[in-house]
Amino acid sequence: MIAYLVRRVINYIILTVIATLLTYVLASYTLNPEARYQGRNPPMSPNSIHNILAALGQDPNVPVVKRAITWFGNIILHGDFGMLYNNQPVVNSIITRSGISLQLLLVGTFLGAFLGVVFGVWGAVRQYRLSDQVVTTLSFLVLSTPVFVLGVLLMIVATRFNAAVGHQVISFTGQYTPGISGVGPVVLDRISHLVLPTIALVMTGAASYSRYQRSVMLDVLASDFIRTARSKGRRRGSAMIRHGVRVALIPMSTFFAYNFGLLVTGSTFLETVFSWHGMGELALTSITQHDINGAAGSVCYVAILVLLASTLSEILYAALDPRVRV
Amino acid sequence: MTSQPIDDVGLDLTAPEEIPAERRRRASRGLLIWLRMRRSPRFWIGSTVVGLLILWAVFGPFLYPWKANQQDLFNTASPPTALHWLGTDAVGNDMYALVMAGLRTSLVIGLTAGPAATLIAAIVGSFAGYLGGRVDAVISWLINLLLVIPSFFILIMVTPALKHFVTVGLIIGIAAFGWMVMGQVVRGQARSLRQRDFVRAARYMGISTPEIIRRHIIPNMASLLIIDATLGVVAAVMSETALSYFGFGIQPPATSIGTLLANNTQAATTQPWMFLSPAVVLVVLLFGVSLVGEAFRDAIDPTSGAARD
Repeated sequence: MIAYLVRRVINYIILTVIATLLTYVLASYTLNPEARYQGRNPPMSPNSIHNILAALGQDPNVPVVKRAITWFGNIILHGDFGMLYNNQPVVNSIITRSGISLQLLLVGTFLGAFLGVVFGVWGAVRQYRLSDQVVTTLSFLVLSTPVFVLGVLLMIVATRFNAAVGHQVISFTGQYTPGISGVGPVVLDRISHLVLPTIALVMTGAASYSRYQRSVMLDVLASDFIRTARSKGRRRGSAMIRHGVRVALIPMSTFFAYNFGLLVTGSTFLETVFSWHGMGELALTSITQHDINGAAGSVCYVAILVLLASTLSEILYAALDPRVRV
Repeated sequence: MTSQPIDDVGLDLTAPEEIPAERRRRASRGLLIWLRMRRSPRFWIGSTVVGLLILWAVFGPFLYPWKANQQDLFNTASPPTALHWLGTDAVGNDMYALVMAGLRTSLVIGLTAGPAATLIAAIVGSFAGYLGGRVDAVISWLINLLLVIPSFFILIMVTPALKHFVTVGLIIGIAAFGWMVMGQVVRGQARSLRQRDFVRAARYMGISTPEIIRRHIIPNMASLLIIDATLGVVAAVMSETALSYFGFGIQPPATSIGTLLANNTQAATTQPWMFLSPAVVLVVLLFGVSLVGEAFRDAIDPTSGAARD
């Protein structure tokens, strides 16, 4: 098991390195850092543009491969991913911004997964009844709505709600209102900014997890050990919980661990809609600002998350399911 | 299945009436799937919705006086009226005409990129699974690499460089990053099909590898591929919408659902009809396609979803 995992992780690390380097090379060809400084008023001399770019390690006169090797050498030797266009170190920005993204994602993801499990079990137990049909249809509807459309729709509803109450109860731009002091008001203000993105995350999460949980649960309910538990004299409810839900949660937990890593890309959309300054925004502005270091750094960050998430989900699976012994 | 008409107790186990040979022949897998599909409300609702939307996007413009990008400067930001059925946007473009044009673009991209991704998955996955060995190792490694790279960020780096080929470029890009998961599934299936007698027989008859894959491997996964192609349409439309929404997909003056959503987000809370018309059409379209996909899945795989007791 350990040897297998070590081999897996080494393979993933090689993949991450190659993915990052490929992105760096691709970004060097498609992005044009000079564009950032051209057309300014007063115009900058080609010489000073050249100096700035050389300091960032993006001198267009140096061959791409050589730049990539220098950049990668600095990562290996000093853990230095270079500077962003605004002279912030890439690593520091990623750390601050992923903290902000985490604030946005944490509550919504876990609540969404929890509700998804509840609805999924509910749907499986009451298969084909009205409640199952309603939950299924609603989750299809939510899954057919891109998350940024969902965000804007929630903003429309919240505006109506605020107007009806006559007070700005729900805020939906940024992480907080500037200029509020005192513990109580600050906490309330943070919550009022978190409400809408959290609802959006909970809805999409609950919809996709409930589909998955329902189908896993149906498989479990059809298996022999449920019948055995029932024939031992366990009541239906207790057989469901002790033997059904617990078993059905095993594939769910690995699904959840894997999805959590992928969520950062998804949060890009929510961050843009609700104007949060998180990791997704960093990746987007890096590309719109023609920032090669930022773009490659963001891709490396996502690749590492995918690596962690899939390793975690494999470990969880082996730990929870007694049948898996690699 | 009636190999033994009389069992050892002496009871006659012959079926009460023989199925006519002609009807038995017709009970192929395709017919079976169709018989199950025919009873599925999901299939009928989904295909009606999608069919009507396609008809509307193609023929709707002939039945409506306003053209997309034809400004009515006397009625800017007008709510839905008899003159402008879905209202106008901030500069007086008719929303009804715009949504029809946008839906057409999104449909073209969705209906080509989704199946294209499935086609790539079918071909690449079959070769990897059927040939095994070094080819398999290389392809599996490539699949893992593409799964690690966040495709959205790569696509937004590449699309601005496309300029005049945005639509074709988007189709290729979305398909190129949408086939990996299905590719892994196909690879697994091809690996097991490879051991089956009819494939072996074909191999020993000296039929070439591409021919075996075309005639024996891929047709045996047809049902799986149909499901994937259908649900791939949903994924492709979603990708196109997201890319265009962030300004990296379809560029003005061309219109897609994504650009319409992007242009009207600012006004969404004050003049909601501008955002709601493309949003509702998008959700209805994706909902319809997913229903058809799920109906396929239920009809093809009796152990999944609604077909199960």
